[in-house]
Amino acid sequence: MSKFATTSRRGVLRAGLAAGALLPAASLSARAQDGPDPLITEVQDWARYTGAGVDETPYGLPIRFESDVIRRNVPWLTADPISSINFTPIHALDGTITPAGCAFERHHSGAIELAKPDYRLMINGLVDRPLVFTYADLERFPRQSGVYFCECAANSGMEWAGAQLNGSQFTHGMIHNMEYVGVPLKTLLAEAGIRPEGKWLYVEGADASSNGRSIPLEKALDDCMVAFKANGEALRKEHGYPVRLVVPGWEGNLWIKWLRRIEVTPGPVESREETSKYTDTLDNGISRKWTWVMDAKSVVTAPSPQVPVRHGKGPLVITGLAWSGRGAITRVDVSTDGGRNWRTARLAALGQRMAMTRFWLDHLWDGEEMLLQSRAMDETGYVQPTKDALREIRGENSVYHNNGIQTWWVRKDGSAENVEIS
Amino acid sequence: SPALAEPLGLGREALPEEIAAWDVDVMPDGTGLPEGSGDVASGEGLFQEKCAACHGDFAEGLDNWPALAGGEDTLDHKDPVKTVGSYWPHLSTLWDYVHRSMPFGQAQILTPDETYAITAYILYSNYLVDEDFVLSDRNFSEIEMPNAGGFIVDDRPETEYPVFTAEPCMRDCKESVEITMHASVFDVTPTDPADKDK
Repeated sequence: MSKFATTSRRGVLRAGLAAGALLPAASLSARAQDGPDPLITEVQDWARYTGAGVDETPYGLPIRFESDVIRRNVPWLTADPISSINFTPIHALDGTITPAGCAFERHHSGAIELAKPDYRLMINGLVDRPLVFTYADLERFPRQSGVYFCECAANSGMEWAGAQLNGSQFTHGMIHNMEYVGVPLKTLLAEAGIRPEGKWLYVEGADASSNGRSIPLEKALDDCMVAFKANGEALRKEHGYPVRLVVPGWEGNLWIKWLRRIEVTPGPVESREETSKYTDTLDNGISRKWTWVMDAKSVVTAPSPQVPVRHGKGPLVITGLAWSGRGAITRVDVSTDGGRNWRTARLAALGQRMAMTRFWLDHLWDGEEMLLQSRAMDETGYVQPTKDALREIRGENSVYHNNGIQTWWVRKDGSAENVEIS
Repeated sequence: SPALAEPLGLGREALPEEIAAWDVDVMPDGTGLPEGSGDVASGEGLFQEKCAACHGDFAEGLDNWPALAGGEDTLDHKDPVKTVGSYWPHLSTLWDYVHRSMPFGQAQILTPDETYAITAYILYSNYLVDEDFVLSDRNFSEIEMPNAGGFIVDDRPETEYPVFTAEPCMRDCKESVEITMHASVFDVTPTDPADKDK
C-alpha cells in the first residue's frame, strides 16, 4: 500500500495510514504522489449520491470545514464581554470584502436589538427645522454607495509595548471592509437646514452607552453616509441595525451604530469618547485629541502565526491587506529579511480611497527563516512607518493609532510568530 | 446653506418634548445642564448603592473595572493611571456620561439631582472639593479639572506626515536584523483547537 497524499480523513484511512498520523510536509504536494490517488481512482460518495436540496438552507452559513474562520475575543483585554471587542479572522480571508458574519464587533453596552418600526432618527440643534425620521423615510432619500474600511482606533493597540498577541487576527483584526448603501449625511442635513452658527455635529446611538462623538461639519458634508445596507443586505444587529454612520477613513469609534440623533452644535461636546477615550497620550503626558484619521497601514495575513507554511519550500503566496484613511493605497512593499531588502507586491486591484486593498507577492521560498514585513504607501506619499519610528515620536502610551510595520518570524519548519526586530 | 441640496420634504418636525427627552448632552461650558444640585454626602450614599460594586467605595476601581479617582501626576509615567481626577479635561463630561450611560447595565435611572450628588462625590474622591461641597448648575463652571490643559489637537500633519513622506529604501536598508521580542514569551493569545486541525 502506498502512502497516498491527501488531506481528507477518509482518504487517509483508505490509504492504510493511521488516522491522525502526521504527514510529511512534502507529501501535501501533488508532486510527491508515488501511486494512483484513490480520491481519483475510486468513485467518491459525492460523485454517486445526491447533495442537499435547494430547500434545505434558506440562509446559509459557511461549510463546516471552515469552522475556524470565526470572530475570536481575548477575555483579559476588557473587564467584561459587553463593553468589549472581538476580532475579524483576517488571517483566513482573501480579497477585500469582509463577510459580515465574521466582521469584528466593538460595543460599549452590548449589541442591541432595534426593529425598523421602532427606529427614529432625530436631527436637532442649530437647524431651521428640527426633524424626526422613521426608517421608511430614510429609504425615500436618494442613495449612494461606497466600499470603506472601518478600523477600531485601538487596532494593534496591545502591541505598543512590544510583541504580545500571536496572530494577525488578534494584532490587526479590529477591522472590516464592506460595501455600504445609504443616504449622504449632507442630504439629511439639508432637509433640516443648517444655521450659520452650526460648525459641528454631535452624533449618538440608541444604545445605553450612546457613544456620542463630535464631528466637524466639513467632514459631515464631505463623505459621511447614513447607511442601512452592508455587503448587499441589511446591517447585522451587531453592526448597528437598522442604521449606522459611515465615516470614511476615520477611526471606527466615530461610526455610530443604531444612530438615533444628530445635533448641529457651535462646538464640540467633548464627550467621554473624545476625552477619556480616543485621546492619545504622548511621552510627556500631554495627549492628542481629535485624532480622527486612520493612517496608512498594512499586514501580511499569510503566512502568519495562524497560517503556517505547511507545503515546504518552493512557490509561496505571501498575501495581506493595506489601507489608508487619507486616500487610496498606491503601493505595498514586502520584505522577507526584516526590512533589509524590499520587493513591490502586486495589488489585486487599483487602490480605492479609504478602502482595503489586497496585495500578493509570489515568492520562491528556499526553506530558510524569514522575517516577513509589509509596508504600505498611500496617494499622499505617506509611507507606513516602523513601530520604533512611531514610538520615537509618541512613546508607548498612545493606546490608539498603532499603524507600525508588523514582523512575522517564519521558522524553517514553516511556523510563524509575532516578533519585534532591531 | 447654499452647499446643500433642496429639501425633499421628508420627515416631520420634532416636538419640544421629544427633543428634551433625547437631547441631554452637556457642553464644556455647561450648556445643557438642567437645574438642580447635590452634595458630597448624598453622593456618597448613592455611590455606595449604585456604583461601588464595580468602582469601589472610594471610586478607586475594583478588579478590571475603571478607577475614577487616583493616578495624579502619572501621565508621563510608563503606565499612566488615567482617571477623572488625573486625566479628564471637563467636568461636563463626567456629569453627561454618568447621567446618560451609568450605572452600567441600568443606564438613565439617575435624576439630575442624583447626578449632581454623584459628580460631587467623585470630585471629593479625587480631593478636588471639600466634604461639605454642594454642586449645582450655578457653580458648575467654577470647577476646573487638573488636566484641563493636558490636550492638544491632532498634530500628526506637522509632527509625523512630513517625516513619513519620503521615497523609502528598497535595497541594503540596514546592516543586520535581530529579533528583540517574541509574542510567545507572553503566551497570552487564546488558543483554538480548530486552528490545529486545518
